[in-house]
Amino acid sequence: MMNCQQATQLLSEKLDRPLDTKEKISLGVHTTLCPPCRRFAQQMEELRSISKRYTKDPDDK
Amino acid sequence: MTNASISSDPTPPNAAGIFLNADFMNDLRQQMLKFARLQVRDDQLAEDAVQEAMLSAYKNIDRFSRQAALKTWVFSILKNKLIDLLRKEKRYTAASQLEEGPNVNGEELIEVLFNKHGHWQKSERPQKWDTPDHGVENAHFWRVFDACLNALPEKYSRYFMMREFLEMDTTEICHNEDLTVTNLNVTLYRARLRLRKCLEDNWYQTEKTS
Repeated sequence: MMNCQQATQLLSEKLDRPLDTKEKISLGVHTTLCPPCRRFAQQMEELRSISKRYTKDPDDK
Repeated sequence: MTNASISSDPTPPNAAGIFLNADFMNDLRQQMLKFARLQVRDDQLAEDAVQEAMLSAYKNIDRFSRQAALKTWVFSILKNKLIDLLRKEKRYTAASQLEEGPNVNGEELIEVLFNKHGHWQKSERPQKWDTPDHGVENAHFWRVFDACLNALPEKYSRYFMMREFLEMDTTEICHNEDLTVTNLNVTLYRARLRLRKCLEDNWYQTEKTS
């Protein structure tokens, strides 16, 4: 089974390329069982949305 | 006939007013410069890009009736200019390949975060970020975010900004920077690990305890 370091790397790569089926399944199994990696996944999404705001809503700063 | 009078006047009454508002224009210019400098790291080039973006806004003055519309538009022009600059810059800029920064990075960071089996160290497990809505609106948040970006090793911040701020795709960045996809993916992963930890340590955690 995939460890947290491998899972977090895939969670980052997911933002840059489509994962293949095998990767999706192993990642899905891992995050189901691992709350810290689930949080990491949410934070990766959050990091992307923060970056979008940084450039798109200069009013916020 | 309110409608008729609006449609007969192509220039909204306050369009030129936006450009005459010195405070607004000055703030906008500073924001653009900051954004451009982060990415091209050459003051003159950054300044020129901002100037050109501003100029094209002046030329399209009729389009903007609100400050927000002007900002969005001028930033999107600036982004395209920066992408062009980064493409040209490739030839003579060797982005530092070092993973040096004020904090632990690269393999060392991975050793701090994960144990030898590749599982999270107890103290490093991601915490819940429960302030995305009101927190992100906050000016203090953006100061922390800027500080975290500035603390990234140059190589990390360059690729991270190309990917996330300029929204270039992976193949384009690799082509520009003579990188393999694997290499880029690893670098972006490390940049995100670093940035995530910095935000958690300096914003989300301190908020929770304060």
